[in-house]
Amino acid sequence: MSDWEVVIGLEIHAQLATRSKIFSGSATAYGAPPNSQANLVDLAYPGVLPVLNAEAVRMAVKFGLSIGAEVARRSVFARKNYFYPDLPKGYQISQYELPVVKQGSLAIMLDDGAVKTIGITRAHLEEDAGKSLHEGLGAASGIDLNRAGTPLLEIVSEPDMRSAKEAVAYMKKIHTLVRYLEICDGNMQEGSFRCDANVSVRPRGREKFGTRAEIKNLNSFRFVEKAIQHEVARQIDVLESGGTVVQETRLYDSDKDETRPMRSKEEANDYRYFPDPDLLPVEIDEAFIDAVRATLPELPDEKAARFAREFGLSPYDAGVLSASRELGAYFESVVAELGAPHAKLAANWVMGELSSALNRDNVEIGDSRVPPVQLSGLLARIVDRTISGKIAKEVFETMWSEGKTADAIIEASGLRQITDSSAIEGVIDAVMAANPKQLADYRSGKDKLFGFFVGQVMKATEGKANPAQLNELLKVKLGAGT
Amino acid sequence: MLHNLSIGELGRALRAGKTSSVEITRHFLSRIERLNPALNALITVTAEQALAAAAAADGRRAAGEQGPLLGIPLIHKDIFCTDGVRTSCGSRMLDNFIAPYDATVVTRLKEAGTVMLAKANMDEFAMGSSNETSFYGPVKNPWDTRKVPGGSSGGSAAAAAARMAAFTTGTDTGGSIRQPAALTGVTGVKPTYGRVSRYGMIAFASSLDQAGVLARSAEDAAIVLAVMAGFDPKDSTSIDTPVPDYSAALEEPLAGLKIGLLREFFDGLEARNAALIHDALKVYRSLGAQTVEVSLPHLPLSVPTYYVVAPAECSSNLSRFDGVRFGHRCENPKDLLDLYKRSRGEGFGAEVKRRIMTGTYVLSAGYFDAYYLKAQKVRRLITDDFRAAFAQVDLLIGPTTPTPAFDIGAKVDDPITMYLNDIYTIGANLAGLPGLSLPCGLVEGLPMGLQLIGPHFSESRLLNAAHRYQTATEWHMQAPRGYDQ
Repeated sequence: MSDWEVVIGLEIHAQLATRSKIFSGSATAYGAPPNSQANLVDLAYPGVLPVLNAEAVRMAVKFGLSIGAEVARRSVFARKNYFYPDLPKGYQISQYELPVVKQGSLAIMLDDGAVKTIGITRAHLEEDAGKSLHEGLGAASGIDLNRAGTPLLEIVSEPDMRSAKEAVAYMKKIHTLVRYLEICDGNMQEGSFRCDANVSVRPRGREKFGTRAEIKNLNSFRFVEKAIQHEVARQIDVLESGGTVVQETRLYDSDKDETRPMRSKEEANDYRYFPDPDLLPVEIDEAFIDAVRATLPELPDEKAARFAREFGLSPYDAGVLSASRELGAYFESVVAELGAPHAKLAANWVMGELSSALNRDNVEIGDSRVPPVQLSGLLARIVDRTISGKIAKEVFETMWSEGKTADAIIEASGLRQITDSSAIEGVIDAVMAANPKQLADYRSGKDKLFGFFVGQVMKATEGKANPAQLNELLKVKLGAGT
Repeated sequence: MLHNLSIGELGRALRAGKTSSVEITRHFLSRIERLNPALNALITVTAEQALAAAAAADGRRAAGEQGPLLGIPLIHKDIFCTDGVRTSCGSRMLDNFIAPYDATVVTRLKEAGTVMLAKANMDEFAMGSSNETSFYGPVKNPWDTRKVPGGSSGGSAAAAAARMAAFTTGTDTGGSIRQPAALTGVTGVKPTYGRVSRYGMIAFASSLDQAGVLARSAEDAAIVLAVMAGFDPKDSTSIDTPVPDYSAALEEPLAGLKIGLLREFFDGLEARNAALIHDALKVYRSLGAQTVEVSLPHLPLSVPTYYVVAPAECSSNLSRFDGVRFGHRCENPKDLLDLYKRSRGEGFGAEVKRRIMTGTYVLSAGYFDAYYLKAQKVRRLITDDFRAAFAQVDLLIGPTTPTPAFDIGAKVDDPITMYLNDIYTIGANLAGLPGLSLPCGLVEGLPMGLQLIGPHFSESRLLNAAHRYQTATEWHMQAPRGYDQ
């Protein structure tokens, strides 16, 4: 075990899925032509004023309630002042001293199955900046203000994580949560969900934190993990060679797999925060909170606990199947058709064949080519022993590629399992007769040849013999001569 | 003499068919052409649009419409965005800026059928008390063209006094309506903070800015304010409370009205100026009001408090003028920093730069608590002082300014002396209270203003008290020599 302990805190930026921006009526859709979703407020024209989008507040409160946090009865928007071309007002409106959500927590499951609680210091509302465009414009730079004013929820954790893996587990859990709550689409490629990681190391056993570096703008789970790993190694190197870690902002370069300091010009700012006089403090009362609470869905942890309780799934399986609302719903539909006693079979298939097919063809579960009712139709044929699990996998592939029902495929291809004992016995007899040497060897003690006979019978029946029955009958027949 | 008629009289003439909006508009436009070169009260004259708007107003009247402002010509302070018309805010920074939309104040007055004649000169970004910081040069006071008209709504005040329009609009952040109204002998109203929408009004200090009206009487101002006021969903700080019928309340008797004489406003006030205020008190007593002396112990701190809060907000509000999307952009910037530095360096004048620097300083790490935070605390104390005073009296009364209009150039190199000109007006802004200045006499031929301050949303009472005074006296009827001709 290393002599160094890693300390990580994350600041996650979740873009809220409101239809319009946080302080203007412009649309927030991704990928529109540059500046087609920027009105006079977004462009910061002289005289315009911000008006808070109540939906963004509702979403922030929803998040706060889902992590057991305190929802501030009064929160205040402040101005963070700095000059940059993608920041049209010359200040970003953000909550500073008084955020809307304070002091919550979230449990994550570690690799060894242990559960760890990560503290969430605060979550606050703010507006996103626009984008600078440098390509295809010659020496000039362009500015796209479509994103300017998009609502963000910045979720700030306590420095509670002790490894890159924990950080990723936490980030994934938040990712799951915001999608459950339908407050963020979680699309990391489009930048809807990204984070900054504060990383430091300290000698194991020491209480005082080491000096931290902040790695900005990480937009995939893999980058979070790699960037933290790299940064930890770098800091340990620095310290072990007698140097000191400098508090600074760094960027992760995924091509080179390294972090490097941002230019100091980009960070040497005195933001001169002060309350935005154009906006009143946000006052939230009990009735509002209650109304939001009433819209909370079953949360991931609640769903996982229920899956474990109702269906006897392991904590791991229950966790995987509750990782998204859609996956959980799919699984539950299959179980509803198939019956709760077969939930484990359904779980295995959803997490196994179905998930691999979805991943392989990059299809969302909502668009699955095998809908839940069809999957349960297939599994029902395993349950009633019409086909074996192995044959079922072939049937599933056909269902996936051709979109037919399991029954149609089984009938058309004659895949129905042989469960007639006399028929299986007949095949066994023929195989034994055709392989006298192997039979003799087996009977003289070469137990391993049992598999050979199973294989021969399966070959002869094109895999349709019911495996359990075959095993039973074969044991009897092979043993009969001794 | 159409230009001497009140808004009510113009309305009656229009309704009776004795004149038309086009005729009134032509009349005022010709006055503007004749008078403005000497006064420099206007930045942009919109004659063509005005005549079209007047014809449209006449059409609306022919179709049966009647509103009190239908066909009445006005001049907007050049701080209000006007769709398709240059909106300069008195700055080189916006010399090339054609606003793509109307401020809510402009929309409301347009819908009421008013005819915009011009955009009025002003101190740059409303920062000044003499209208000498304008990129377009100083405005001259029609009472004496060697004198300033006050500021920042100096062009609006001079234009109203010179009868270039039936009324003008202004904005008041620390006295910018009341002080020039006092120095030019017109009636100026700064409403309660939140009474009139700030949308489309180029921000100076957001927590203090408030739009209002400059007119020749409280009676006229009441008609205009009723149209300007009201909740606007586009301004989160505008307040959703009904707008009373200001005109209907004008004649209410003043018997039993308790007026508080602000002791702090008389410290150091010259005797002959103080005498005018005491004359006004006699008038009020004769109208049945009681007068008592009250003290607002923290009021003397209002100037230093204001000069922390207002620059702090302005330093941030003016960051959007960066040469990127609109306004002045320097020639051939060599990089981004150069673009910012030269665009802003060239676009802003000295007073604006002084306030941006002051504001940036008071918000900086290490100074924030000592300046900005402390100023906010004092602001609260001043507000509490007013609240305590209004527990005893209905209105507060005092002078609007320490002196009548001063010479152009006299204070321009001495910002502190210049800032002290707003000593009596700033308190109302810090507390968000409505204030009104009305003419109460002349000192060496120059008008002096009497200031009334009331509790939040007491505009009706203020206009009523001003109107009753104007019914009993004739100071508001005085015109600068030659300008009533």
